Amino acid sequence: MATSSVKLLGARQSPFVNRVVMALLMKSINYELVEMNPYLKPELLIKTNPVHKKIPVLLHGDRPICESLIIVQYIDEAWTNGPSILPTDPYDCAIARFWAAFFDDKIREAEGEDAKELVLEKIFEAFVLLEEAFINCSKGKAFFGGDSVGYLDIVVGSFVVYIRVAEMMNGIKILDETKTPRLVGWAERLYSDSSLKDVLMDPQLLLEQLKRFQAMMSEAASD
Amino acid sequence: MGEVKVIGGWFSPFVKRVEMALKMKGVEYEYIEVDVVNKSPLLLQHNPIHKKVPVLLHDGKSIVESAVILEYIDEVWEGPNILPKDPYERAMARFWANFIDEKCAPATRKALWSRGEEREKAVEEATQGLKILESEVKGKKFFGGDQIGYVDIIGCFLAYWFPIVDQVVGLHLFTQDKFPSLCKWADELCDNEFIKECLPDKERLVDRVRGHSQAPRSL
Repeated sequence: MATSSVKLLGARQSPFVNRVVMALLMKSINYELVEMNPYLKPELLIKTNPVHKKIPVLLHGDRPICESLIIVQYIDEAWTNGPSILPTDPYDCAIARFWAAFFDDKIREAEGEDAKELVLEKIFEAFVLLEEAFINCSKGKAFFGGDSVGYLDIVVGSFVVYIRVAEMMNGIKILDETKTPRLVGWAERLYSDSSLKDVLMDPQLLLEQLKRFQAMMSEAASD
Repeated sequence: MGEVKVIGGWFSPFVKRVEMALKMKGVEYEYIEVDVVNKSPLLLQHNPIHKKVPVLLHDGKSIVESAVILEYIDEVWEGPNILPKDPYERAMARFWANFIDEKCAPATRKALWSRGEEREKAVEEATQGLKILESEVKGKKFFGGDQIGYVDIIGCFLAYWFPIVDQVVGLHLFTQDKFPSLCKWADELCDNEFIKECLPDKERLVDRVRGHSQAPRSL
């Protein structure tokens, strides 16, 4: 297991890819990031993820694993040294899986909306409920996973930078001290965590990269 | 190993997933039928966010979302494995279950119940999804191999509910010549001892389908 190479097909701008990066970091797994723009449908992506043709794809040896939540669980189960990502208690694990599915459903719903107000509404709704989830899961500790980062911290934490970008671009607050105070504290602790600082992007930097990416896509489209 | 209850609707393939898994593990449970349309208070109490069946109650703790419940059952109780033990095989099982629930289920539902151009598009999408599953199950008895597993239980609505509604609404999508491997899998699955005792009566299902003017969530 430890001797097979690990490659991650993706792009650092993708929160889904960053979930996998966070998991690999937690388990201290050496890997190679193979930069991939899914919109250009590169051959390697089509070959390793023929069903969805999306990033991230984890290549462990020559075996591809797709879908960010599935990859994170795979990493947790295949590398048993290092901290557990998912809770060890079956009930806590079920709760974590429930909220992960809930969060991803909300993202999908938001992506399906054209009107910006509806997108933001979906995100607001999600975070109000996640505030409750945080109270239940953290049990008074720093993270969803307790004393240290766990599954939900990865699942939701990977999107914090995008929330910050959305806040900057729209002049609004989504993580609001008055409405979701615990999540505000949690996000700050996440960004202060020394082990995660290389993974969690700076919102300003991401905004600039997204603008460059958009420009590149417009060029590619007009070619 | 504690008191187990299942809150459900008799017609729901999602509820039946949970019952199939419990039967596989030999777990005794109490089944509680609730009004899903009018959202019984028991449902609102135990699944306040989604207000849906199934709900598994284990020693008073509620677990919701059928895929989550299945993983919970597999972790808590001894007995035949629902998910494989090998991490890579587990990832594959989760992948296919996800594909079935996120792509095939909505597409088949739309194909059955929508009209006009929306239906044409949905039929195309459903056909693509079923073709992918057809090649995945080809040459195997079950998605899980020789024994039924997670993907078979998740996919059971395709083996039993979907063909029934398919015939009633006259779509005729799930046929022997289009999907021979899937049809063979469906027959094997519905003949399995744990699965068949959970399947709702066909006539009763047909009546329910005929009586519905709008798409029931579970089909």
